[in-house]
Amino acid sequence: MKTAYIMWLRELKKFFRNRSRVIGALGQPLLFLLAFGYGFGAVFRAAGQGDYIQFLAPGVIGMSIIFGSIFNGMSLIWDRQFGFLKETLVAPVSRFSIMFGRTLGGATTAALQGCVVLLVTFVAGFHPENWLLVPFALLVMVLMGFVFAALGLMFGSLLSDMQGFQLIMNFMVMPLFFLSGALFPLTGIPTVMQWIARFDPVSYGVDAMRILLVNRGEFSLALDLSVMVAVALLFLALGSRFFSKIQI
Amino acid sequence: MEAAGQNVIEVEHLTRTFGDFTAVDDISFSVKTGERFAFLGPNGAGKSTTIKMLTTLLAPTSGRISIAGHDPAKDPNGVRQNIGIVFQDPSLDEDLTAWENLEFHGVLYHVPHAARRERIDALLKFVELDGRRDSLVKTFSGGMKRRLEIARGLLHHPRIMFLDEPTLGLDPQTRNHMWQYLQNLNKEEAVTVFFSTHYMEEADKVAERIAVIDHGRIVAVGSGAELKEKTGTESLEAAFLALTGSEIREEEGNAADRLRMMGRAWRGNRR
Repeated sequence: MKTAYIMWLRELKKFFRNRSRVIGALGQPLLFLLAFGYGFGAVFRAAGQGDYIQFLAPGVIGMSIIFGSIFNGMSLIWDRQFGFLKETLVAPVSRFSIMFGRTLGGATTAALQGCVVLLVTFVAGFHPENWLLVPFALLVMVLMGFVFAALGLMFGSLLSDMQGFQLIMNFMVMPLFFLSGALFPLTGIPTVMQWIARFDPVSYGVDAMRILLVNRGEFSLALDLSVMVAVALLFLALGSRFFSKIQI
Repeated sequence: MEAAGQNVIEVEHLTRTFGDFTAVDDISFSVKTGERFAFLGPNGAGKSTTIKMLTTLLAPTSGRISIAGHDPAKDPNGVRQNIGIVFQDPSLDEDLTAWENLEFHGVLYHVPHAARRERIDALLKFVELDGRRDSLVKTFSGGMKRRLEIARGLLHHPRIMFLDEPTLGLDPQTRNHMWQYLQNLNKEEAVTVFFSTHYMEEADKVAERIAVIDHGRIVAVGSGAELKEKTGTESLEAAFLALTGSEIREEEGNAADRLRMMGRAWRGNRR
């Protein structure tokens, strides 16, 4: 467990030393809040769905978490290129504990980023229905971060250089986010889209946050959490398998 | 622990191919416990590839390896518990400080807390970086990074120490310093030292036995004196040239090298 701890600590240290990354990661969610939140607010209200900022904010927080955590996982590719990966690979410790520590580090930093975005949404006019549930929403952020950091590490283990990164972003991360129901309600959309959203883990993470923050959801909290825990375990298992097969 | 004189490294018919290219071609050799053994060869001879296979980083295409009684293919962690490595290319975390790089290494290698702190202090002094212990590694010069890397490799006292061209880019003072430290370790703790180099005089001075490797094959094994005698030459350099010919070798950069260059350029611009 000491290995996992030290790998976790490394991610945290790197996160706090890289303030430009934290600030840079705020740009996109802010843009979404402004363009979508205010842009579509009137239409959303006219359609009888209520305040769009209230609906959108959990989705935007979810976005910052999946982007942050997947990117964190894929930073494994940088470690491979700059050599540090070798240092961890020859260490006499289990591959699983390295993988687990990194995933936890990615989850923690992504959740921290999510918290910053949450603060930004307050400025944009978002207000949680029940403040007592906000800490639980933070736990969901960590869980969501864990799922996608593990996914990022999975890809990071399979790719040997950054050239595949765009591919993953455009054909995996973007669709995961845009088709998840983070931006729109799943009711009243084509059946195909509904099914896609049901197979997208992002849907469940955002849904859980929505239930906790604004008391509105498509699924039940129990289903959201079970799906996420199951997916987290699956990605972690696959990730450590791919990770242990890395050769340099 | 087995007695001195027994083989701590055994390699039989080891081969590694990358597509059509045979990097390591059916080599066999053994190294005894406590021995100082050098791999001497020109660029691209297969030195690094062999070390990667011995240290569990790369799977052989065929052949058998035994490191302290463990097979890297079947029991990689058994091998890892017995070895320490100084890599040829940089492998430090540049976003961490010098001290943190050493501390993390110590934890990963299970060096107990007290011994870890003590050795880190001593090693930082040894490589003359104690004044910069809390500076981020990315602010270091190439030579400083190299010295830190050496210090990190020496932090845990393994049974076998692998060093892949460790003195590349080091000034003569640090080079002497490092070999002295390793020779002490070798004498006091019977640490087997396996290193690769293309500095002839270094191999001659430090190693008890030298394997000359070229085009992926071992062309001769013996002490410096034996190699000179075998080729009828005066110096090890002449022996080396007699064994490997005088054409200049080009080492092809792999994808990782190219990207490392790109990354450096990119990070350089940001700073």
